[in-house]
Amino acid sequence: MPAPDNELATLGDQYDSLETQERSLELGMWIFLATEILLFAALFALYASYRSMYLADFKAGIEHNTLAFGTVNMYVLLTSSLLAALSVSAVRADRPRTASWLLGGTALLGAAFLAIKLCEYWRHWQEGSLPGRYYHDRELPTFGANRFFTMYWVMTGLHALHVTAGVGVVTWMAVRARRGFYTRAVHARLVIGTLYWHLVDVIWIFLWPLLYLS
Amino acid sequence: MNQLLRTVLFLPPQASTVAQGIDFLHYSVILTTMFGATAITVVGLMFLIRYRARGPFRREDPDANPPLWAEVGVVGGLLSLFCLWWVIGFMQYVKIQVPPEDALPVYVTAKQWMWKFAYPDGEHTISTLYVPSGKAVRLMLTSRDVIHSFYVPDFRIKQDAVPGRYTTAWFEVKEPGVHLVMCAEYCGTNHSLMRAQVVALAPEDYARWLAGARRDAETSLPHLVTGGPPGETTPVPGGLPGPIEDTPLSVEEFAPATPLSMVRLGTQVAGDLGCLRCHTLDGSPHIGPTWAGLYGAAVPLATGETVLADEAYLTESMMDPLARLHAGFPAVMPSYHGLISPGQTAAILELIKSIREVPGRAPAPVAGLAPTLGPPPAGAIGQEPVRPLPVETLQRVPAPPDQPLPAEQGLPPPGRLPNPPPRLPIVVGGTPVVPPAPASTGGSSP
Amino acid sequence: MTAAPTETAPPLPDGPESEPSYLAVESGLWSWLNTRDHKRIALMFYVTVLGTFLLGGTFALALRTELLTPRRTIMDAMTYNRMFTLHGVTMVWLFLIPSIPTVFGNFILPIQLGAKDLAFPKLNLVSFYMFLLGLATTVGGMLAGGTDTGWTFYPPYSDLTPTRLVPVLLGIFILGISTILTGVNFVATTHMLRARGMRWSQIPLFVWTIYGTSIIMLLATPVLGMSLLLVGLDHGLGLGIFDPAVGGDPVLFEHIFWFYSHPAVYIMILPAMGVISEVVPTFAHRRPASYTAIAASTLGIAFVGFFTWGHHMFVAGISTYDAGVFGILSMFVAIFSAIKVFTWTATLYKGQIVFSTPLLYFFAFLFLFVFGGMTGVAVATQSLDVHWHDTYFVVAHFHFIMVGGSVTAFLAAAHYWFPKMFGRMYSERVGLLSASAVFLGFVLTFLPQFLLGNMGMPRRYYSYPAQFQWLHVLSTGGAYLLAGALLLTFTNLALALKWGEKAPANPWGSRSFEWLTPSPPPKHNFRGAPNLDYSPYDYTMTDEEAHARAGQ
Repeated sequence: MPAPDNELATLGDQYDSLETQERSLELGMWIFLATEILLFAALFALYASYRSMYLADFKAGIEHNTLAFGTVNMYVLLTSSLLAALSVSAVRADRPRTASWLLGGTALLGAAFLAIKLCEYWRHWQEGSLPGRYYHDRELPTFGANRFFTMYWVMTGLHALHVTAGVGVVTWMAVRARRGFYTRAVHARLVIGTLYWHLVDVIWIFLWPLLYLS
Repeated sequence: MNQLLRTVLFLPPQASTVAQGIDFLHYSVILTTMFGATAITVVGLMFLIRYRARGPFRREDPDANPPLWAEVGVVGGLLSLFCLWWVIGFMQYVKIQVPPEDALPVYVTAKQWMWKFAYPDGEHTISTLYVPSGKAVRLMLTSRDVIHSFYVPDFRIKQDAVPGRYTTAWFEVKEPGVHLVMCAEYCGTNHSLMRAQVVALAPEDYARWLAGARRDAETSLPHLVTGGPPGETTPVPGGLPGPIEDTPLSVEEFAPATPLSMVRLGTQVAGDLGCLRCHTLDGSPHIGPTWAGLYGAAVPLATGETVLADEAYLTESMMDPLARLHAGFPAVMPSYHGLISPGQTAAILELIKSIREVPGRAPAPVAGLAPTLGPPPAGAIGQEPVRPLPVETLQRVPAPPDQPLPAEQGLPPPGRLPNPPPRLPIVVGGTPVVPPAPASTGGSSP
Repeated sequence: MTAAPTETAPPLPDGPESEPSYLAVESGLWSWLNTRDHKRIALMFYVTVLGTFLLGGTFALALRTELLTPRRTIMDAMTYNRMFTLHGVTMVWLFLIPSIPTVFGNFILPIQLGAKDLAFPKLNLVSFYMFLLGLATTVGGMLAGGTDTGWTFYPPYSDLTPTRLVPVLLGIFILGISTILTGVNFVATTHMLRARGMRWSQIPLFVWTIYGTSIIMLLATPVLGMSLLLVGLDHGLGLGIFDPAVGGDPVLFEHIFWFYSHPAVYIMILPAMGVISEVVPTFAHRRPASYTAIAASTLGIAFVGFFTWGHHMFVAGISTYDAGVFGILSMFVAIFSAIKVFTWTATLYKGQIVFSTPLLYFFAFLFLFVFGGMTGVAVATQSLDVHWHDTYFVVAHFHFIMVGGSVTAFLAAAHYWFPKMFGRMYSERVGLLSASAVFLGFVLTFLPQFLLGNMGMPRRYYSYPAQFQWLHVLSTGGAYLLAGALLLTFTNLALALKWGEKAPANPWGSRSFEWLTPSPPPKHNFRGAPNLDYSPYDYTMTDEEAHARAGQ
């Protein structure tokens, strides 16, 4: 049953067809994702520079890092992305309520990621592996380890901010899906939200080996 | 012609050996710029007049385009010209960046808002860099706080002084004279007052200055900076008038009455800071690699690579010793970052350089540094030294059992004031002597 | 000499059955603040950037006044250092980067594509409010004392400065978000909302340059955001990301910063080149000498411009190898501009040129941009840059491009599109006079600075050796003249808003698509969907034939 003001009623004046509007929305999101990639690219470049300066210390830092937490989080995010992708399929199969549940699952897993991350940060705090001038880890007292953990905190911190924003977006979409705002014909706004979530997942897929795998 | 163009373009005197070549390129580029901009505008104006609208609108002639060869020709010609300038500019740039082999080293430390100079022979000066004319001088620049830049317009050279690393610049002054130095990288409130001067002396005057006749050398040449009462104007060779009241704002140190050679200073520092607990000066093996024969050698690393033991590697070994660890030695050396001033670091470098030919390791042929002396003499690694080096006052001593191992000391806690290094007993002639505590803030000792 | 070549123009759609203009269709403050109309948003940006231009100009006059004497003139060193920092921050992020894209890009681009609006009108409004938020935050930071690091924020000084750095950084970060949203909108619009029949090879050249600018905005601005974030963390939390005391490397900041800031200068010049690419064919009444050359060189600048940032770091301690690579790439990127200059000049060949204020601005642009651009090639020449780096030579070079290039083109656009945007004509005489005064004031301000740089005068210097004084006095005199000329220019336009004679739809006799609409346009720009399947520079048609072809 279509909701009172669903997408069909809101075709912008500048568009000649719904299809053009849908495709525009998706193009716009892809462009925005490119900017997010460039944002993280700067950090990856900084990581690469410091790693080339302090290779042995970076390797030691990686070994010293909390691999279990990172790997569990990897699976959490991958699963959440799967659920998000399935929610789009559900809408395309005219099952918006299922989509809503799936999106709720995505949001929940996103929140779980953040909780696990917080535990991990707590562990680092206890060990003294804090960023920059606050670093005082006795087991690895070198500059290179300092640089490694500084990059770790900045990169995972920024990523966690994006996960938080993503959880908000996905929750919002879950509510809207429940109310029937996404139909088989018109659901670009769902697609673009899940695209954002997939990007957040992909960034973790690149962070994880750099920060945890030796 | 050179002087005419130089004056018309307001360029300073060409006081260094590279300046004239750079200026020739300058003339070519700038004259082309002026000519090009004027020419294209004139062509445009000519078209404006020739092709102005007369009468009602006529449909455009679809063939009215300038020929393709014109566009390709102009653009291709410009590209070739730019590439030519790049080639010449790059070659000159390499020449500016790479010091000649026999250049005299001077250590330059920049700090807010002054320049300090240290010579291997022991002189320390502030704001005035004395150099011999007609000889290449190599500057090893670093900074104590923020990025500064050492700029001498008369020489056409400039190099940033970056904290945490050494950068190099070099110049050879053609004739005796005084030249203004300015800081060229914004560094805070008094950036524009961070000036110095290069005083180039004839070689015999320079030798006299080194030997201690500084006062004579100073009075024979007028100063741009740090001299005279405020407001007094002194004529300066090169025709640069102006008040000379630009004294540096804080002068913390003065050259000692009897200058201590950097090697002696380095030996003293090495003792004070405990380096000689683990490193020897005579080639005998100990906890850390011997410093004899170290400078310029190929050092095998724990990772299997080989690195050249130059100033950069040796400095890094003091600041971040475990980064590139010498193969075969334990990872126990603490970091001296924040505990040793640039002047002390430079002094230790000079000490290590002074014993580079003492047999201590198998010499490896390395390009760019002093050539080796031939097959290794009898005093190579692991063997008894043939001629023991007369190390004056200091011998090695095993660590007392109650001192923590260096690796457990960790980095200084957050904040700007590092902990003072441990005060280690040193044996002097058989009697343990606790040396005085070195400066706890890494800023006030030379 | 100032009238368009006479041709029969179609009757103005002025009758009672025609639509009201976008200005008249709704009234009241809320209809403006909550508008989705790209034209109204463009005007709101216009008012705002004129304000920021005034602000940046005030900082400039303050610091030029201080430089009249070698020692203290009207302020102390710390204040002076804040002045040049705030001048740079205001002019780069609050004026130049938004200027042509948010004002003329917003207004003209959709019309030139035959569209009714941008792809995401609500996002456009969000972009405007983000701009205002960024402006408020930055100005708030200025009122709290501002910062003194220079607009380049190099650590370690930016870590140590006692000034309040974080509000200014935050403000610029927010401005960056505004820029990114605008870029998304322009790119999506160009791809998705072209009129029926319009191929990529027929879109107006201004659209090409806005498109290229948007690509750069999208790819470069996030890196700026990251560099500011890192410096903010270092300064505010003492993290020490670039602090050598904990193993950091300050030169890495320079790399990240200039990776953005070099493409940023192309963000500032490409739209200006787009304006010129419209003005010249219009007043020459012929097609560009090579459309492909201008379009392709735009993409060339956007692409190659990302790989040249190291030429800001020749003396920073990078290797001679790196320096060489950046040097040769910098030479290549200059060639794209040379192609454009040649093409514009060749467009005058065998034209039917009508002289007017926008074309006078073109001639000013031609001389100043070529001069400035060639001095850019000069500073890209490595051995020469060692002497010139961080001196007034570089300051003169970039002001020639940014003021002599971008601001001149902004003024050209302000006059060229004035009739279309406001339905009025300005005084041509005052226009020509003010353009000449701007040119003279500019040359007097900045030509002496090349000589100062040659002499060795470093930049960001509060006090200086006395031999530099007379050139500084000349430059300051020029600055005041320039300021007066700019005031005259904008006063002329402001007065014309109310008292100028009514403008016809196509006062310049241009074939570019925006001139098919009434002056000012109605809310939805065109009557129905226009048929724009021909070149916007087709002067083999008359104006009537073009209207008929487009169905307008």
